Amino acid sequence: MNSRVFHIATNTFREAVRDRVLYNLIGFALLMSAAAVLVGQVSIQIERLVVINLGLTAVSLFGIVIAIFIGIGLVSKEIDKRTLYTVLSRPVRRWEFIAGKFFGLSGTLVVNTFFMAIGVFAALAYVSHHFVSSDFGVLIALYFIVLQFIIITALALFFSSFSTPIFSAIFAFWLFVIGSFAQDLRNFSAMTHGLVRWLVTGAAYLVPNFSALNVITQVAHGEPVPLNLIVLNTIYALVYSIAVLSAAVLIFERRNLK
Amino acid sequence: MPAIEILGLEKIYNAGFWRKRSKRALRPLTLAVEEGEIFGFLGPNGAGKTTTLKILMGLVFPTAGSARILGMELDDPRMKAQIGFLPEQPYFYDHLTARELLHYYGQLSGVDGKQLSPKVEAVLEQVKLSDSANVQLRKFSKGMLQRVGIAQAILHDPKVVFLDEPMSGLDPMGRREVRSLIEDLKARGKTIFFSTHILSDAEALCDRVGIIHHGELRGVGAVAELTAGVHGKVEIIWQGARVPDGIRTMGAECRAAGETMRVTVPEENQDAALEALRRERLRLISVVPVRSSLEDYFVAQLDAPVKSEAVSSQS
Amino acid sequence: MIASRRVTAIAGTLLVCSMVSAALLIQAVDDLRPAAPLQEMLYISSPKLLKRLCLGYDGLLADIYWTRAVQYFGGTHSRGGGTYKLLWPLLNITTQLDPHLIAAYEFAGTFLLAKPPEGAGDPAKAIALVQYGTQNNPNDWHLFYDLAFIYYDLKDYRNSAFAFLRGSQLPDAHPFLKIMAAQMAEHGGDLNTARMMWTATYETTHDKMIRANAAAHLRVIQVDEDLTGLEPLVEKYRARTGRFPESFTEMISAGIIRSIPLDPLRHPYRLEPGGRIVVSNPDELPFLDQGLPSGYVPRPPKLSPVD
Repeated sequence: MNSRVFHIATNTFREAVRDRVLYNLIGFALLMSAAAVLVGQVSIQIERLVVINLGLTAVSLFGIVIAIFIGIGLVSKEIDKRTLYTVLSRPVRRWEFIAGKFFGLSGTLVVNTFFMAIGVFAALAYVSHHFVSSDFGVLIALYFIVLQFIIITALALFFSSFSTPIFSAIFAFWLFVIGSFAQDLRNFSAMTHGLVRWLVTGAAYLVPNFSALNVITQVAHGEPVPLNLIVLNTIYALVYSIAVLSAAVLIFERRNLK
Repeated sequence: MPAIEILGLEKIYNAGFWRKRSKRALRPLTLAVEEGEIFGFLGPNGAGKTTTLKILMGLVFPTAGSARILGMELDDPRMKAQIGFLPEQPYFYDHLTARELLHYYGQLSGVDGKQLSPKVEAVLEQVKLSDSANVQLRKFSKGMLQRVGIAQAILHDPKVVFLDEPMSGLDPMGRREVRSLIEDLKARGKTIFFSTHILSDAEALCDRVGIIHHGELRGVGAVAELTAGVHGKVEIIWQGARVPDGIRTMGAECRAAGETMRVTVPEENQDAALEALRRERLRLISVVPVRSSLEDYFVAQLDAPVKSEAVSSQS
Repeated sequence: MIASRRVTAIAGTLLVCSMVSAALLIQAVDDLRPAAPLQEMLYISSPKLLKRLCLGYDGLLADIYWTRAVQYFGGTHSRGGGTYKLLWPLLNITTQLDPHLIAAYEFAGTFLLAKPPEGAGDPAKAIALVQYGTQNNPNDWHLFYDLAFIYYDLKDYRNSAFAFLRGSQLPDAHPFLKIMAAQMAEHGGDLNTARMMWTATYETTHDKMIRANAAAHLRVIQVDEDLTGLEPLVEKYRARTGRFPESFTEMISAGIIRSIPLDPLRHPYRLEPGGRIVVSNPDELPFLDQGLPSGYVPRPPKLSPVD
């Protein structure tokens, strides 16, 4: 990675931290603590199940909200506030700017998830008093959640490169929702015909495949996650993000910054 | 080789939802700035100064024409490493302190790691912000932001410095500091291109100026040359409190200053005025030519009809 | 200065009064509204729609619905029971969202089966649900146990035996499954079988309510056995004296019994005129079908969860 991309990434990370994004961890910690303590009284027999389901769902949702909220402003905020001018008048290429922003936000989310993972395992230890080998699956589920974050970050950044924050948020959110049904959409397209089939199939493949990246329930029941799923998902996230970022670069390179 | 070479640069914006309304922000502009010059780019607000600068910085893409800086293309990173830019009413990452910002920008400009810290300190000293170096930029006043802006523009020792309204938002002390900074930069052999609508600054600093209005360049040249073309005035001072009839009929305003009266009249009326004084036996104290100011030239240019209107209607 | 203090006082008072009134109004509105209809309480009753809506977080939603199901049952039960109309929809949604939530099937097997006011009294749905569970969790023997239990309760001893057999063939199956398969095939209707079934449930379940239920049933079996033992003794007294005993003390004096017989809750049995033996506190012995005092109207049951 060249040094300019690295510096832009670290600056983006620093900006997120100083904007107090990591304070969400406090909310998360409170949630997990409350859940760990209360779950035994509210549910019967399924404390481990609930802690893993709740913990991973919370990690996922918190992270997606952060990814969208910060992502949508990554470019548009710099244009509005004109901080971008003094950056681009330096030997920084436009694609380096996009890449730096992407790595910066992704890095922030990875760090955030790391702390949350500690919280989930702490809660798990509290309710079940020991770890079983199937708890390793929780790490895999967390890894997949991070892959989801990377995709959402790329999407939010893409929209930010040409759209206002409100629309970027709406688009990114809807892509997340539709992406959760991606598999259903593909199944549904088989039942349609003609032009509708083309459109639906196109959408089903264009939309991020979040349904495959959600293994929370499996892991909560201690079921193993197959290795080839891990490999395929990793490659998919990489490829999809590259596609989206390339589109972002294409748009941003041509944009007149008024 | 000129430091800045602009050839027929043009920018047309297509506004409106269906992109049908077109607005000419910049008519074909041709201009050259030599190395070591201080060049002032003058014009009222909305004239196209900022558009020109943005095109030079690669923020906006021209509809036609080209430009080179230090002989290199506008998107060449080697060129960008040797220029500095201060935008109008700058705003910086407010979560950073001044020192952090300059370090960040220095890294982006490719300043060598070991040299970065001393350079940052030196430039902070130069803009007199050393005391506030660790304060977050969100707490900076407008004048302080302006000074940070200048600091980041010169940090990496660029050969050409572009300043968009560098004096805006500064108090008289600040403006004087900026002025001396610009002179200092020139003394170090840098080329400075700055835009402003404050003519007195331009008059004081610039070797050459260019005047732009409605996106069109109306005049380029050394200040003295430009103002020479405009008819001058003379200031006549005499003793006493009376205004001779001959001068009164000229319609010029006479002011009393202590025991003397003074009036400013156009050059061609000089002889008639002196004659009027002599007839009334008033004692002449001095006759001093008043150089026409750049402002006069400026206003004259702005009133002139648009030259390229005829041309553009043919294209 | 005085003006702003006045404004503060007025605004502060307004704030407090409005909040209090709002709270009171909410109470009043709650009292006005009738118990919300079924659909409304479920908000969304279609499991498929819910699965779509939860954006892949079905595990968590299933846990939430499971918790709702348990609390719904517990709440209704403590208020005197009823038909538990929402129990099946809630359990159905739970298992549709997460087919691996074994606890839900066990709960269904007990409380969808039990007749009102103990449960919903819908054996067909109970069977359907537990079978859905075995399809999705083919290696879990507990589910076959639950299925066998349902059939047993419906007196379908053949299917019960069959379920026990299928369960016993699974890895890690509890050894009693095989025993029960044989027992059910031969002696389905025996009291002994019943006792074995309820004891097995009592010992293997982690669910407090299910365990309390099993304990109550075991007591009923005990009462049945006690009555089976005591009735001949009463008959013996009548044969000797020509009339029914009026109390157990008489039978002790006659040397027929040695002490006053006690029911499983350690309360003495009573004798009614006509020689019927009844329990003293029928309210505390739910599911009882023999030994109930004449004219007794069963009151809503109260299962104490610690049993």
